[in-house]
Amino acid sequence: MIKTTASEMSLALAKGEITSVALTQQHLDRIADVDKKVKAFLHVDTDSALAQAAAVDADRAAGKALGPLAGVPLALKDVLAQEGVPTTAGSKILQGWKPPYDSTVVAKLKSAGVVILGKTNMDEFAMGSSTENSGYGPTFNPWDLTRTPGGSSGGSAAAVSAFQAPIAIGSDTGGSIRQPAALTGIVGVRPTYGAVSRYGLIAYSSSLDQAGPFGRTVLDTAMLHEIIAGYDPKDATSLKVPVPAVVAAAKSGDVKGLKIGVIKQLQGKGYQAGVLARFYESLEILSSLGAEIVEVDCPSFEYALAAYYLIAPSECSSNLARFDAMRYGLRTGEADGASAESVMNSTREAGFGREVKRRIILGTYALSSGYYDAYYGSAQKIRTLIIEDYKKAFMQADVLVSPTSPITAFKIGEKSEDPIAMYLADVATIPVNLAGICGMSLPAGLADEDNLPVGFQIMAPAMQDQRLYNVGAALEAALVSKWGGHLISKAPALGGAK
Amino acid sequence: MALSYDDVIAKYEPVLGLEVHVELNTESKMFCSCSTTFGGEPNTQTCPVCLALPGALPVVNAKAIESSILIGLALNCQVAPYSRFSRKNYFYPDMPKNFQISQYDEPICFDGYVDVEIQTDEGPKQFRIEIERVHMEEDTGKSLHVGGATGRIHGAEYSLLDYNRAGIPLVEIVTKIIPGTGKYAPEVAKAYVAELRDILRGLKVSDVKMEQGSLRCDANVSLRLIGSDVLGTRSETKNVNSLRSVERAIRGEMIRHAELLNEGKKVKQETRHFQEDTGLTRSGRSKEQAEDYRYFPEPDLVPVAPATTWIEELRAQLPERPSLHRKRLKEQWAVPDKEMAAMINADVLDIVEETVLLGADPTKARTWWLGEISRVANEKDIAIADLSIAPRDVAEIVALVAAGELTDKLARQVVEGVIAGEGTPAQVVAKRGIKVVNDDGALMAAIEKVCAEQAETADKVRNGHVPAAGALIGAVMKETKGQADAARVRELLLGHLGQATN
Repeated sequence: MIKTTASEMSLALAKGEITSVALTQQHLDRIADVDKKVKAFLHVDTDSALAQAAAVDADRAAGKALGPLAGVPLALKDVLAQEGVPTTAGSKILQGWKPPYDSTVVAKLKSAGVVILGKTNMDEFAMGSSTENSGYGPTFNPWDLTRTPGGSSGGSAAAVSAFQAPIAIGSDTGGSIRQPAALTGIVGVRPTYGAVSRYGLIAYSSSLDQAGPFGRTVLDTAMLHEIIAGYDPKDATSLKVPVPAVVAAAKSGDVKGLKIGVIKQLQGKGYQAGVLARFYESLEILSSLGAEIVEVDCPSFEYALAAYYLIAPSECSSNLARFDAMRYGLRTGEADGASAESVMNSTREAGFGREVKRRIILGTYALSSGYYDAYYGSAQKIRTLIIEDYKKAFMQADVLVSPTSPITAFKIGEKSEDPIAMYLADVATIPVNLAGICGMSLPAGLADEDNLPVGFQIMAPAMQDQRLYNVGAALEAALVSKWGGHLISKAPALGGAK
Repeated sequence: MALSYDDVIAKYEPVLGLEVHVELNTESKMFCSCSTTFGGEPNTQTCPVCLALPGALPVVNAKAIESSILIGLALNCQVAPYSRFSRKNYFYPDMPKNFQISQYDEPICFDGYVDVEIQTDEGPKQFRIEIERVHMEEDTGKSLHVGGATGRIHGAEYSLLDYNRAGIPLVEIVTKIIPGTGKYAPEVAKAYVAELRDILRGLKVSDVKMEQGSLRCDANVSLRLIGSDVLGTRSETKNVNSLRSVERAIRGEMIRHAELLNEGKKVKQETRHFQEDTGLTRSGRSKEQAEDYRYFPEPDLVPVAPATTWIEELRAQLPERPSLHRKRLKEQWAVPDKEMAAMINADVLDIVEETVLLGADPTKARTWWLGEISRVANEKDIAIADLSIAPRDVAEIVALVAAGELTDKLARQVVEGVIAGEGTPAQVVAKRGIKVVNDDGALMAAIEKVCAEQAETADKVRNGHVPAAGALIGAVMKETKGQADAARVRELLLGHLGQATN
């Protein structure tokens, strides 16, 4: 039943129509069948997944109370620490490292009985928009294997899109959940900053990073969101507020009387025609469902990309300093007489990829004395202006919307030699991260020119994540009835599906 | 060439700046729940956070914030309603994250002062030391560089790393520049560090053991010509691990600077390391090319914003100031100025107080610690605190003397035994068979023997010249191997020679 949804699987498990072991095995078979082509996984944890599934089955047989996703398999982005399981963040510098502890997200998944199938591929340390920057080779888009699935959570998105897992965890620093969700025709949510604990999430840019859920439907995504969110004393930036009622919102889907703001700056020039066509079509649907569409002005968004590429590299230059070959991970250059300093240099030279080095150098420069005010300082000011823009916009609208990505999935290698072109892939997603608010991407159909998925982005104020799910569910229901099924059912079959 | 200290102060005015690092005695580390106990097996007090494993995050220890605020309040500082942590970025193997979390431009407390008093030629004199800031940071791990001549990382064959200390909470207390101390600069610095130590001890926020590194002082020294208002180039001396060293290091640096300046040379702005054996400093790393630490606000932590009500609660908890405490003790114990100064100088005030609190007479307690015990410490060239004799031992000895079970002379043997590690005073008495001879028959026999031997002296006493009895008493004591009670001997002797005993 791999082609159904997580909520349907949950129901089948609860009714005893299938065991978790059988469901898990079906997914493991699918992975064995198609992952040679998709390359979504860096590590498949067959034995442990089946053992977790068996434990859930036993608990169910014993009549224990189980969570809604207990026994449902999941793909985990390799950026999250899982005790005893190789965790690399897509980098050679962490090859072979097995964390001695669970990230809070993993601990929550385990206690909810979610079966972790394995770790998925990603751009090295989540730096990238195509998963081509992985130290272990690219992931391929299940819709067209010559194209990227987006990134940095490309492995997780591809796994869900290729029916290797019904749900997955990603992380979103500048769009790394929403953009790959858009490019692979699934749903992805970046929760409010601080809603999901970052403890055990290998840091790229601490003030922007946030883990979040992927699913093939808005409801599945909400169910996963509810499991991983919540206050965590181990993360000082974790929000001490109740988890918003996202599942209830996903079941409601009522936009009557809601004001939906279209951001003037996130459309038009640079956006592919097919992307804009699907975006406006979705707006019409929302309008027909009773929402009021208004246009809002966010003038500072023009500088969002520039601010992001100063703040994120600055923080990463410091966050990645710990990879020094002293305590874990790769160690090279240990010839006789090598000094600690030369081993550090040699290891970092060998272990980090080009994009990571580029950002470390950029950030080191931006923070250096004499340049700090001009670069890091100015970027922080822009961040404040973007927050102000959102504040004003949210006074005019309940949620804001835009296309998730200006373009559909691009060819492998197409942008890998041009960092600026690659950075532009995140132009519509980055403002959410800079403001610390929440955003969702859901499928809006296929672009006419290339028949590839287009993502529709919804943004809501901090701690109002339920609004995303409410609006998303309304749009999804209308689109599904228009298409006669979920968009994902139009994805190519890849292997011989079971 | 070699200048005398008097030459230096005749021409130059020293300007000081002192940075004191204090290890807080919180149970857990600054940003994780690992133990802070000193001396554990290497790398046993570590976790994903203090080892900087990928994904781990810091969380501020609330107790450390409380201690820092208490320190600030005790130093008459303002407490910032809002302060932040920053990252100080530099690579070093004993720093797991390769950045130190520290407060940079927004310290938790600022603008305070400490008054210290020193003895000068003109009597006691007060100096006000202004405090610039009190801020929190985390300690690094410890490196042991093996092989190589210098014990430093360059030239070492290999290095051992112990991360038990990594993440121990530190508070750094930085003074504003301290001008105007003139020739008393070394004494003022020492008195400041001592005062700070006493304040911190009173607050119970740190073990303040300089020899274990829980209180460390960096001394900045510069000289300028007397009358000039232009600051000279400073050197920063580290590794100053005792109060005495503070004084010696500053005196030594003043002389070194003056020699350079007199020769028309420049003082280099650099870090120097104090050498305990020579009392001199040696050059460390040069600070001429200031290191760029790329400070920026720590994004993994939220700002520290203590509630005003909490600050006031803490202010109400402040203990008695050490200066007032000393004044009170001086009055309660009726100690003369000179004796009080001697106790402070020998750093035995706390230990005497503890002994008194255990029931000993203040004068007796003071006499033991300042006299016999200080003498032994000097002889062994170690700190009194490191001798294996504790206030409870001295209190017990004082009690034994008071009960007549020991004479002062015998008590000295007991002190010697306790210091030698023979056990408690009672155990030493038992082991050594020390016993006051209070059998009058045995004493009389000794008295008769001595009077017969020294008939001439005995006659003098018989004829009313009482002071001559001292020699006879001494001889009797010798005869009884010091185990007699001298007062009883005197009484019996005078009676024997027909003199009144009072």
